[in-house]
Amino acid sequence: MGKYIKFFIVGILFGIVLVKSEAVSWYRIFEMFKFQSFHMYGIIGTAVITGITLLLIAKLLKVKNIEGSFLQVPLKESGFKRYIIGGTIFGLGWALCGACPGPMYILIGTGVPSILIVIAAALLGTFVYGIVKDKLPH
Amino acid sequence: MEYILQPWPWYVSGPIIAIIMYLLLYFGRTFGMSSNLRTLCAIGGAGKHSDFFKFDWKSQRWNLVVVLGAILGGFIAHYYLSEPAAIDLSDATIIDLKTLGFTDIGNSLLPPELFSWEAVFSIKGILILIVGGFLVGFGTRYAGGCTSGHAITGLSSLQLPSLIAVIGFFLGGLIMIHLIFPILF
Repeated sequence: MGKYIKFFIVGILFGIVLVKSEAVSWYRIFEMFKFQSFHMYGIIGTAVITGITLLLIAKLLKVKNIEGSFLQVPLKESGFKRYIIGGTIFGLGWALCGACPGPMYILIGTGVPSILIVIAAALLGTFVYGIVKDKLPH
Repeated sequence: MEYILQPWPWYVSGPIIAIIMYLLLYFGRTFGMSSNLRTLCAIGGAGKHSDFFKFDWKSQRWNLVVVLGAILGGFIAHYYLSEPAAIDLSDATIIDLKTLGFTDIGNSLLPPELFSWEAVFSIKGILILIVGGFLVGFGTRYAGGCTSGHAITGLSSLQLPSLIAVIGFFLGGLIMIHLIFPILF
């Protein structure tokens, strides 16, 4: 059980920051896709800039993870179609229900039971992808 | 405490999200929320229908623990670390949403037009939630990641596939908001 506590704490921090930044709000996602506020761009932008910096420092200092190997990000397979098509499909859903997978779970905690319908549908979407994936261009 | 109760500005929130990503890498894992959907399918027995769900899901339990923490974090932030206040949306957004027929704009995290019981029990309302959720589940797995896996982790590690995926996210989002919303609402 002990080895899971750190992940639980990271999760709590994640839930808190996404609520406090309002990134879990459908309204903020609408506003972002309308280019009417810098807020969401500021969050994603500073997250990426900080992320690049942290990973660069880790590389320079040869930081090891707790399992003893060098800290590194798993590489995505190269490709184009799956990323642009899959990404567009996700974007359509993200804008429609205003929640990407992280916020979906977090919104349960904020007391919105109807988000469970979105999660159930997302599970169905994932399942259907698993069934038809070999027929799709990747 | 006053600063915690207020909404957090983007320049505080963004770096904390990056630290979360870094911590998970430091723990020998990686930041990715949509893969939990695949894990949950596998636990539910989807491996009987597709090899895509035949993997050692027990190795992904840590990520489900992150999800449990996130739910609790959402609860704590919403009920104990927030004062009831409207979301400080831009005036242009409020006007646009009014034009689409929305009311009480920004008074809660989610619009009652989509997430209230009244909306859920209407054909249009339930279809929006189901179609939206389905597209998120299908699209994230097709693209191999969502906002956390591609936009945060992938872009932070300067990976081209993630940049293509993020361009796709925006393509889809812009089509939905600018072309489909005016028909839908």
